[in-house]
Amino acid sequence: MSDQADNGDDDLKPPPGAQRPKAPVRKAANRRKFIRTAALTCGVVGLSLAGWMPVAQAQKKRLRPPGALEEHDFLSSCIKCGQCVQVCPVAAIKLADIDEGFGIGVPYIDAREQACDFSCDAVQCILACPTGALTYKKPEFLKLRDGMKMAKDPVLKAKAKDAEPTLNLKERIGVARLARPDACLAVKGEGFKGQARGAAFKGRMRYMDVDRWKPVPVKDHPYERDVCDLCVTECPIQDAIKLEAFPGPDGLKKYRPVVLEQCVGCGVCEMICPVEPTAIVVDIRKEWKEA
Amino acid sequence: MATMIERIKVMLGSEPQKPTEFSPEAKEWHAMKRMNKADFEALKEHARQHNLVTHKWRNRRWAVLLVANLLFTFSFWLDIQMLEGALTASRFVGFHLIDLNSALQVMLAHKHIIVNLFIGTATVFFLWVLLGGRSFCSWVCPYHLVAEWFEWLHLKLVDKKLVSDRQFHRGARTVFWVLFSVLALVSGYTIFETLSPTGILSRALIYGPSLALGWVLLLLLFEVFYSRRAWCRYVCPIGLTYGMVGTLSPVRIMYRLEHCFHEGDCKKVCLVPHVLDMVVKGRAEHTHVPVGPDCTRCGLCVDVCPSGALQFDVKGLSKML
Repeated sequence: MSDQADNGDDDLKPPPGAQRPKAPVRKAANRRKFIRTAALTCGVVGLSLAGWMPVAQAQKKRLRPPGALEEHDFLSSCIKCGQCVQVCPVAAIKLADIDEGFGIGVPYIDAREQACDFSCDAVQCILACPTGALTYKKPEFLKLRDGMKMAKDPVLKAKAKDAEPTLNLKERIGVARLARPDACLAVKGEGFKGQARGAAFKGRMRYMDVDRWKPVPVKDHPYERDVCDLCVTECPIQDAIKLEAFPGPDGLKKYRPVVLEQCVGCGVCEMICPVEPTAIVVDIRKEWKEA
Repeated sequence: MATMIERIKVMLGSEPQKPTEFSPEAKEWHAMKRMNKADFEALKEHARQHNLVTHKWRNRRWAVLLVANLLFTFSFWLDIQMLEGALTASRFVGFHLIDLNSALQVMLAHKHIIVNLFIGTATVFFLWVLLGGRSFCSWVCPYHLVAEWFEWLHLKLVDKKLVSDRQFHRGARTVFWVLFSVLALVSGYTIFETLSPTGILSRALIYGPSLALGWVLLLLLFEVFYSRRAWCRYVCPIGLTYGMVGTLSPVRIMYRLEHCFHEGDCKKVCLVPHVLDMVVKGRAEHTHVPVGPDCTRCGLCVDVCPSGALQFDVKGLSKML
């Protein structure tokens, strides 16, 4: 490359005989280059395929945002841009890192930290998604497991008085379950007073009596309940969870939360549960089954 | 047309061929340049007096690249909603923009194209047809900028003979392009995105640092200590996707034989020196030769050429002006 300037008047052809001794050297160099290139190809493709392992082992089963396609279809259709992250008013959506392999850059929700409380009303993340990975209406050819489709459109409590009170959401992303009934304050017959998740908790929620369009920190909205029913009252969906009375072993009346078929799996109950660790959880991508 | 096919072949990995036919004007120039060495040197020195070497295009390009990427960042941080999303897919004041290679991966993996995906991809396609195909690489891709900075380090070390640049076969990138397309189609996962430093850096700039930056750092170290600009030169299928778009583009670098003294500075700074084969003495088949589609239109050669032989050119437009 650098010696072009010096060629000057010289004949551009190599002097006779110059090529012959060069040939084996060049041949060996070319062979090394070929081997190096093959190694690079195998290396990069191999590394990229290693991204399949976390997906296959499902090490981290992630709660996907509302409207997400079934997991495999979700990973294939998501373009990893994070537009859903940007529109969420409570910043519930995060993007996965490289330790989740093919799931890198794919959105998820950590419900205990910050659940989706539908405070945007219209499910903004679905509207923002450019590829249909989050969608109101799934294409016909994509399979949907039994129990994922909602029996009827979920009604948003906040919109209950509107002309169109339903969430334009046809499938659930999970189902809530009382995982630790022994720890549940209602089951123990206890009430709750104070900040649901303590003073350090950063999660936010929309409270209709505070401001319909501005979610506020949960720590700024203390509760006082004779019987703890936060998972029931704070659930954003109508008829998704109820408190049921039952006679306790000590003969006194106790209560327990019962998850109903309208549960969409948003995870607000999991976020608001004041017990540590939470008594109620969302089973990710779990289908609805009659108990 | 034959020359365009030839240039596409060079982009896919074949070696540039010496031309067999020359235009009469080009022949005349090549003959003229076989003057005696003293005269040639004198002319060269005369051209150098004009002191054309600058960093004009590099500075403009870095400014555009930084503004584009920071617009993403500030749109989110300050909630000004100008450019939402990341480089893989975004919305510019409401208009969908979708990266062509990411779109390709998603389309092949998911096998279902919704209207917004199509609109965004088509918009970006036409945008880069107009703006020069691989100009995406050098004017927008954040990895390109970081790799340029690390390349400086690599060249310093080469200068001190501490490392050497080990080259790979350029056809590897074509193989990667085909492999990642087939893998997406067969597996249903957008496998290339797992490793794409473009997506990783873009997301990190917007949504905060990630573990994935470790992979990007490894790539950069590989480029510093083993092979100069290896990812962009031999691996990244995004470059090839935009390169193919660039075959249609009117924006390119134009080589002008009459201004060239065949010093080869342009090839030394170039990311893709195979596109500058015509600058070798006696290789230009016409007096004006457009640089092939693999060129990222970064303008480093324009900046470095001491005699102004390489210039930006817009097909049709430059003649009018």
